[in-house]
Amino acid sequence: MSRTRLDPRLPEGPLASAWQRTREGLPLISPSNKRRLRVLVVGTGLAGSSAAATLAEQGYRVQVLTYHDSPRRAHSVAAQGGINAARNYAADGDSVERLFGDTVRGGDFRAREAGCHRLAEISGAIIDQCVAQGVPFAREYGGLLAQRNFGGALVSRTFYARGQTGQQLLYGAVQALLRQVEAARVELFTRREMLELITVDGVARGVICRHRLSGELETFLADAVVLATGGYSNVFHLSTNAVQSNASAIWRAHCRGALFANPCFTQIHPTCIPSGDGDQSKLTLMSESLRNDGRIWLPLQPGDRRDPNSIPEAERDYFLERQYPTYGNMVPRDVASRRARELCLAGHGVGPGGRSVYLDLAEAIARDGTGAIESRYGNLLEMYARISGEDPTTTPMRIYPAPHYTMGGLWVDYHLMSTIPGLFVLGEANFSEHGANRLGASALMQGLADGYFIAPATITAWLAGQPHPAVNADHPACREARAAAAARIAALLVPAGRGPVAAGAGRRPVEAYHRQLGQLMIEACGISRQGGQLRAALLELEALAQRCAEELRVSDHGTPNNPELEKALRLQDFLGLAELMLRDALAREESCGAHFREEHQSPEGEARRDDEHFAHIAAWEHRPGAEPVRHSEPLTYSAIQPSQRNYR
Amino acid sequence: MSDPATTICLNLRIWRQATADAAGAFASYRLEQVSTDLSLLEALDRLNGQLIAAGERPVGFEHDCREGICGACGFLVNGQAHGPQAATTVCQLYLRQFADGDTLVLEPFRARAFPLLQDLSVDRSAFDRLLMAGGYCSVNTGSAPEANAILIGRDQATSAFDTATCIGCGACVASCPNASASLFVAAKLAHLGQLPQGQPERARRALAMQQRMAAEGFGSCSNHLECEAVCPKQISADWISWMRRESWR
Repeated sequence: MSRTRLDPRLPEGPLASAWQRTREGLPLISPSNKRRLRVLVVGTGLAGSSAAATLAEQGYRVQVLTYHDSPRRAHSVAAQGGINAARNYAADGDSVERLFGDTVRGGDFRAREAGCHRLAEISGAIIDQCVAQGVPFAREYGGLLAQRNFGGALVSRTFYARGQTGQQLLYGAVQALLRQVEAARVELFTRREMLELITVDGVARGVICRHRLSGELETFLADAVVLATGGYSNVFHLSTNAVQSNASAIWRAHCRGALFANPCFTQIHPTCIPSGDGDQSKLTLMSESLRNDGRIWLPLQPGDRRDPNSIPEAERDYFLERQYPTYGNMVPRDVASRRARELCLAGHGVGPGGRSVYLDLAEAIARDGTGAIESRYGNLLEMYARISGEDPTTTPMRIYPAPHYTMGGLWVDYHLMSTIPGLFVLGEANFSEHGANRLGASALMQGLADGYFIAPATITAWLAGQPHPAVNADHPACREARAAAAARIAALLVPAGRGPVAAGAGRRPVEAYHRQLGQLMIEACGISRQGGQLRAALLELEALAQRCAEELRVSDHGTPNNPELEKALRLQDFLGLAELMLRDALAREESCGAHFREEHQSPEGEARRDDEHFAHIAAWEHRPGAEPVRHSEPLTYSAIQPSQRNYR
Repeated sequence: MSDPATTICLNLRIWRQATADAAGAFASYRLEQVSTDLSLLEALDRLNGQLIAAGERPVGFEHDCREGICGACGFLVNGQAHGPQAATTVCQLYLRQFADGDTLVLEPFRARAFPLLQDLSVDRSAFDRLLMAGGYCSVNTGSAPEANAILIGRDQATSAFDTATCIGCGACVASCPNASASLFVAAKLAHLGQLPQGQPERARRALAMQQRMAAEGFGSCSNHLECEAVCPKQISADWISWMRRESWR
């Protein structure tokens, strides 16, 4: 492959004004021409809704696809904590430069400086836009916007709407989108699941979708295609993602030639409600703000099954406070997760299967009173009580790390365009500015920066620079993509109750296979990774994929919709992606951010980064029937020099 | 190692209807030894596993986030939208709410504006069309003034937030004898109408959304207040009275 294919198109010259200079240099399109240009947006989360609304406001003809019944259901709705912006309203010394630095350092020097700087620059305008839409952010008594401290940052730059910031930001963006639908500038297609990307002469021109109610395959064509379809934490089966969140759109684009960057960079959130029963379908996040008042501990004696309240103080191990006297319970997400896992594996874990640790509010309650703690964390404590059946004010909460966010995703350049020309990737779906580890409250910021501000400018530049030959659904490329999707569906379906492949085909729920994949992935490619285990997991995965190819079938009951078929199609794509994650984790012989390789740690058990060999973005090329090829984009730092983290 | 979990047996009577046009009927199922640590939707997952193993069509129901915020799930449990627990969506309804041997009758939300799709699934896209009529502030991206330029008192912001938390699940409509969307519409009018940013379009928005509500086939409010009782976000029906006054602005 030629080097030019991985040209990130980074701006030259000083970082501080780079985005403004880039934007001013981008070509424009006249309003009358914009009306003739079509943009297709897949996904209606923060990135998709904001991009679609803004592109329509600018005059493009926009079509929007979502697998949900309504754009408001996208999983951005579940984000709790808040959104960062460098506004320095708190007058605590924050600035664009500080947010930029924190993002680069938080990502453990595996993100591009130019992208991180642009994100910090845009952050303030996002807050302005959301407030103007009527997003009800938390306020001080005087009427100014409130900010809180989040995720170990030294300044208060996180804007929030109680514990439902994602919901409120999403509704702002969705309402902006629906306003454009009413004005007939956006056509909204709900209950559509993308199955294939259409490329014509190497350029992205549309997608093939399956209508989830009618079961029909539909062809959507456009002059530019935007994927804003979220992350892939559900490769682990149990995660904090919505149960239908999936990687199919980005995986199908990858199979059509879009490089996939840093797939092994996945974030595990330390404070989630642990899994219990074998039929459990998802894990629920508890905002890590609880670590401000909760003390994390385990019994000193392995296998101690006593009621936590009857374990005396001397027989408790407050392991984070012991190991990290400076940061204590507030160490970064990956460190907290790793230490909890190690002790659980050593037999100290509590709860079902010994897979959780205590987060104890008792001391905070003794200090501030139950009322104060309840008002501080009200909805969280209620949610915990509802799910676990225990009262967190009298019994220590049980928590465990859970897959939460994926920093990896489709490779994009500074213009958010993938290696397939005309295919733009936004939000969690791209590999973006979070490097090897995302800061708390930065996901919402990135999704909205991409959608409201960056993509509308760079998509315009793409459309201005290209001739767009007319393509219709009868074009050979469309017919080929449609046939590929139809073939995959046909291969999965068997008549209800019978099975030509194996006895009882279609009689085992897809979920059972997905659960197996999840267990394999969380053990080999979760909080901690090790070369031998990754290699063994690749073999196990190959066997599982083989078994799925032979056994995985779905009964056709004669109804046009078929939720099991949807699950099977998604699972096939997760199987492919899982293999790529294992390969990427194996190839990255260093520990950085959320990627911890046991072979690469200091004697104290801390991550050891290898800037000499791995200061780059790994971008994988799909090759049908052959092993994928790893390309790399070197990372250079001019404003901030790489340093090692230390939280002890 | 594992703590013994409590298990119960449940009898389920579920509305089964293959397509919008097909005839529907209740069917009976039994779940044996199901952990009370599971949510009702996870119990349905398990039932569907049994149906798939038996070569039968699984029960269709809407769901996604399973943490009570996306608003996708919702059906009647023993006649109550989202079941017996207050301020809870059905995905957050755990089996410890029920006793061994209980019979649960599950049926879809029924309202003219929510056509039935299959089993427990209905089409709630009418809600999006209500928002399209005016549930927004007409500001284009990039033209917003500085965020702190307009002060908003803390109580006012909190009250606006409380009405903005509606998740669009449709329980209010399903529980109303008139299948009215008054609480849904009032919540959106109150969210935007309490904020300075929502003032320029306030009167027009109130009129347009209420007219759209009638056009979509939702009924009117006659103060039964069932909507408030079932709302998983506990939005107050007082806002419906507030909406009435908006019509006279």
